[in-house]
Amino acid sequence: MSPNPPKKDYTRQDFTSDQEVRWCPGCGDYAILAAVQRTLPSLGASPENTVFISGIGCSSRFPYYMNTYGFHTIHGRAPAVATGLKLANPELDVWVITGDGDGLSIGGNHLLHVLRRNVDLQILLFNNQIYGLTKGQYSPTSQVGKVTPSSPLGSIDQPVIPTRVALGAGAKFVARAFDTSKQLTDALTAAKQHKGASFVEILQNCPVFNDGVFDLITDRKTGPAHQLWLEHGKPMRFGANGERGLRLSPTTLRLEAVTLGRDGVTEQDILVHDETNPALAWMLTELADVVALGVLYRQEGPVYNEDLSAQREAAKKRFGKPDLHALLRQGHTWTVS
Amino acid sequence: MIRFAGDSGDGMQLTGSQFTTATADAGNDLATFPDFPAEIRAPAGTTYGVSGYQIHFAAHDVMTPGDTPDVLVAMNPAALKVNEDVLKPGGLLVVNTGAFTTNNLKKAGYETNPLEDGTLDRFRVLALDVTKMTLESVKHINLGAKDANRCKNMWTLGLMYWLFARERDQTIAWLKKKFEKRPELAEANIAALNAGHVYGENAELPHGINAYEVPAAKLTPGVYRNVSGNEATAWGLVAGAQLAGLEMVYGSYPITPASNLLHNLARLKHFGVTTFQAEDEIAAVTAAIGASFGGAIGVTGTSGPGVALKSEAIGLAVAAELPLVIVDVQRGGPSTGLPTKTEQSDLFQAVWGRNGDAPLAVLAAATPGDCFYMAIEAVRIAVQYMTPVMLLTDGYLANGAEPWLLPDLDSLQPFPVKHYDDPEGFHPFLRDEGTLARVWAVPGTPGLEHRIGGLEKHRDTGHISYDPHNHHLMTQVRQQKIAGIARDLARAKVDQGEDHGDMLVVGWGSTYGSISQAVRLLRSKGHQVSHLHLRNIWPLPRGLGELLRSFNSVLVPELNNGQLVKLLRAEYLVDAESLTRVTGQPFRIAALVEAVEERLQRSDK
Repeated sequence: MSPNPPKKDYTRQDFTSDQEVRWCPGCGDYAILAAVQRTLPSLGASPENTVFISGIGCSSRFPYYMNTYGFHTIHGRAPAVATGLKLANPELDVWVITGDGDGLSIGGNHLLHVLRRNVDLQILLFNNQIYGLTKGQYSPTSQVGKVTPSSPLGSIDQPVIPTRVALGAGAKFVARAFDTSKQLTDALTAAKQHKGASFVEILQNCPVFNDGVFDLITDRKTGPAHQLWLEHGKPMRFGANGERGLRLSPTTLRLEAVTLGRDGVTEQDILVHDETNPALAWMLTELADVVALGVLYRQEGPVYNEDLSAQREAAKKRFGKPDLHALLRQGHTWTVS
Repeated sequence: MIRFAGDSGDGMQLTGSQFTTATADAGNDLATFPDFPAEIRAPAGTTYGVSGYQIHFAAHDVMTPGDTPDVLVAMNPAALKVNEDVLKPGGLLVVNTGAFTTNNLKKAGYETNPLEDGTLDRFRVLALDVTKMTLESVKHINLGAKDANRCKNMWTLGLMYWLFARERDQTIAWLKKKFEKRPELAEANIAALNAGHVYGENAELPHGINAYEVPAAKLTPGVYRNVSGNEATAWGLVAGAQLAGLEMVYGSYPITPASNLLHNLARLKHFGVTTFQAEDEIAAVTAAIGASFGGAIGVTGTSGPGVALKSEAIGLAVAAELPLVIVDVQRGGPSTGLPTKTEQSDLFQAVWGRNGDAPLAVLAAATPGDCFYMAIEAVRIAVQYMTPVMLLTDGYLANGAEPWLLPDLDSLQPFPVKHYDDPEGFHPFLRDEGTLARVWAVPGTPGLEHRIGGLEKHRDTGHISYDPHNHHLMTQVRQQKIAGIARDLARAKVDQGEDHGDMLVVGWGSTYGSISQAVRLLRSKGHQVSHLHLRNIWPLPRGLGELLRSFNSVLVPELNNGQLVKLLRAEYLVDAESLTRVTGQPFRIAALVEAVEERLQRSDK
């Protein structure tokens, strides 16, 4: 069951299936699909050893458009299917595609457990803050007050923050990007290179049911003031000219956005990103008017499928060749003549 | 037949299983019926905390744990209260007077002490202060009061060993191993066991109780062991995976009475078995499906409520046409129902319990040992037909033990799987013309990259298809594939009796023993009654309709409210009659005999 080594240099075309893509025109999913198809060849992936597993929802149509192995499963359960696949063949490169409804509502439980087990998978959660496939009901990430067919007076549900859910579940790799960001490729690359469960939230625009919900962040004009692209070991600066930054307030123990040169703030005051610091990662999920993007948290840890393989090997070493005949005769037997 | 009964903390299950082993050693055929409460430690002394273990052994072959015990061991008033009505009049009642305190009598609901008010006169009563004699026998070992008191089950077992001329060696060895790390406990338990035995030998027991021997039964020659259904199922799954040449991934979420399938398999990693204790029932089955997608045989085990949760995922395996084995160790329902009691009420759920037309194969094991063979059969059908297979067992089979003639492994027919690897003209729904199974192409195979899922697929390309005509054809082909399994199954045949007559008794699952014994009795009385036991519930075996029609009447006894009977009526338009019982216990043979005779008389008039 060991996979064959990649035979050639693959291109984006090799990862593109012959199926017509059927997302709505202008959907953010197109940009994500293109980024994945572009990134995989550069990472030495081969179509036959790559598998995309999805649940249900707009995002979950994704596997059909990849010329790899794919399994479009049932609502919310992709992490469990992917775990089983990884147990059967740990050599495969397995990606889970899910959405805010699929991963955080109906499948919340599986997301929690796949992250805490740290199964070696990449989990891409497309967050468009809406149920698209069922025609526009509010989702667990929709903002309070969101008016939809199922919330005509505005949603009164408090939204979940996906990155916070991931960190709370014990995820060892948490990143965030948005559909059209050029840095999405970097996030995907880092996710694939990380050993263990890599969680990537991708902010994705739904032009039909939730158009423009991330405009403030993603717009060319307004975006720079609201995007904080993180780099390990670098000061956390943002703004069109990097004139703003994050400082840790010693009095409130919170991160605050400040402007360099104003109120005596200097480069030295700006906090340096340390992606191995879980407390910092948590604070980065709580920012008010700026969104932390890139790798929020990355830490090596025990990988479920590796530990499992080790136990299997140890059992083989200890008990030797499996012998069913001996197994059945283990314990007490007697002979009738 | 003996029934041990006591508080759930009294160690009755251990006592019973030790007696079972010693009895098998003595060459008797036997059947057991562990009967314990759902609570791990119900409040001491209460009737709902009573745990029982019944063992039926004889010189002839035994098929059921029996109806009415000859010997009842009651460790406290509650155990007596719960069981006194089942003891045969004239039977031997052993009671521990040490536990018959005013408080315990009150808790059990006795207003007066039954040992003194004459209500037990119909039995031969052996009233012994087991508590006191046990403490006496272990007082030379420095034990806490609690540990010393806990030895009283071994004292009782020692007495029973004397009464039935059983050897103690095996139990002594077992105690030494069990308490390897606490030798003082081993010593105490052995001392209690010996003391009970010595008591039997030496005491001047009341008249009418003498040690007696049950001579050895005539069993097929060979090597035997005791086996419970859950053990046999686990080993059968392992054997099935070996015969298929596949690794196994067993996904499960703990549930009574299926949990020890997971425990048994977790110890077998060196057999290529991966066990995965999932976060819930749905993850357990979907992980198994993921493993099957990856080329292993995915298996999940559970009980009725778990199957309900897995239903959508099982439908996915039907649509994606992936092999999958689901073991349903049935228990009393609906809902949480009676977790520790047996029932056969998941037949409809197994055959029909999914959205859409979602056919799959359903098998049912008849005895604990039969679980081994049916588990192999489940794996075979799953991989050869690329389909989910549901294997029905139940709490009674799972926990009940029987002496099992060990199988000749060399005689088992291998069914090696070769995953598909030819890119020429490949699409994922290419089918074998004979079995209609689709190809099993697994990730990692160059040139066969493909996508499957729960959406309807086009029959000729494997791509998503909303074409109405295609859906009609795909629905039919899924149905034909499952129906076609009947072609390589043995034709229906009676298990006992002629293939025509006054009545055919049709059973399935764990009622095999009761029905078989009842029919034997009926036939010895001259009735023209036959017994047929179904192991293939879906598809049903060929020739079954003709057989049913060859009898004047058909009776279908089931531990549910009438499920197989409706399936048979619907499939064959025969006037099959139902006999049902849902008490959480196996059929009583006498009740079956009575029901059949009553019906035969009715039809004579």
